Amino acid sequence: MSLALLYGLAGIALVAMGLYAALAARHVLRRLLGLNVLGSGVFMMLVALASRTTDIATRPDPVPHAMVLTGIVVAVSATALGLALLRRMHAHDGSPWLPEDRDDDSP
Amino acid sequence: MAAEVQVFDAVLVVLLLWLGWRALASADLFKAVVQFIVFGLLLSLAWVRLGAPDVALAEAAIGAGLAGALLLDTLARLGRSGAADEARPLGLTPARTGIALAALGLAALLVAAALTLPERWPGLAEPALQQLPASGVSNPVTATLLNYRAWDTLLEIGVLMLAVLGVWILEAEPALPRLAPDPMLGLLLRVLLPLTVIVAGYLLWVGAHAPGGAFQGAALLAAGGVLWHLARPLSLGPSLVLRAIVVLGFAVFLAVGVATAVLGGGLLSFPREHAGAIILVIEAAAMLSIALIMVALFVGRVRAPSETGAAEAEAAPAASNPGAAP
Repeated sequence: MSLALLYGLAGIALVAMGLYAALAARHVLRRLLGLNVLGSGVFMMLVALASRTTDIATRPDPVPHAMVLTGIVVAVSATALGLALLRRMHAHDGSPWLPEDRDDDSP
Repeated sequence: MAAEVQVFDAVLVVLLLWLGWRALASADLFKAVVQFIVFGLLLSLAWVRLGAPDVALAEAAIGAGLAGALLLDTLARLGRSGAADEARPLGLTPARTGIALAALGLAALLVAAALTLPERWPGLAEPALQQLPASGVSNPVTATLLNYRAWDTLLEIGVLMLAVLGVWILEAEPALPRLAPDPMLGLLLRVLLPLTVIVAGYLLWVGAHAPGGAFQGAALLAAGGVLWHLARPLSLGPSLVLRAIVVLGFAVFLAVGVATAVLGGGLLSFPREHAGAIILVIEAAAMLSIALIMVALFVGRVRAPSETGAAEAEAAPAASNPGAAP
């Protein structure tokens, strides 16, 4: 098993975990954590695939690295906006769950 | 670099998967966030192992540091009731079984695709390295970000600007109760802040030929700014000066793009002899903007004490009529 395959498969596992949490969780903060883990999984797949070139070009492919760098910065700014919206919703409705998730047992 | 799988990689991957899962499934959201921060730190080790030191630098400062600070700050603002969640937040219910099956199905498809990929693949490494002498810098990641794919980076800075505008548009929040000024934090700040500025400048300069660049420098500066805010709360409302710095990076980048389009060459295709200087100017402006945007995202819009009375008077009728909400 090569290094690229090991980290690539780990990235796929992170994508599946993050997707499940982003869709299944009810607390918006947990959904945002899910999206972040999903993003980290995608980044890991990209960087793992980029590392396959080391035998040919003496260094990994820089293009996916640049994409992941861009992605990390965009992900954190999107998370910050999501968190600000969550705080606004909580201040307005008193619940950190989305309206369609709220029922009798909601906090 | 070693392309062989070592015991270290196996341990790292197992730890990452376990921490990633605990960051999602811990019933206590505070624990979940702390595990997410540790996950981010270990992730930057994985980037080093995969030969991506540029990404590792950004991940350690942004993914682990700034994202963690943002999440903890929100948890504190939600309070005890707002941070409470179900006892089994990701436990299987009939509806969630479908989601789980869909996620597993996607994973199976991705695994099948990953297994068919060739073990060695030239990718875009060769053209990227061949064009390097013409790009103005000798770090291929910086060349990709600021020259080959400058268009992506321009729009990325645009996305950051939109995010901070979104946060500013939202209603101002009440400030968290101020803790007594901590003399140790003040002292730490006095030592760390100048170092942060020096290292950020170094990263910006060295990014031309070694791991580093505008994003990593900005992330460090932003971390310094967040520390500053924690020691002595800043008030970063949308004032004119702040708005000017927020748009500076995007404006300089766009102006360069328009100039290259008008003077020949085409949008964002830099003349070979000036490429290095142009990239440094864009990066310096972008670093300032990105750092300030990240600090502004963390600080948000805190209600000034003079605003508090008026806002509470506005909120009172709404609170007395909860049935009006749909």
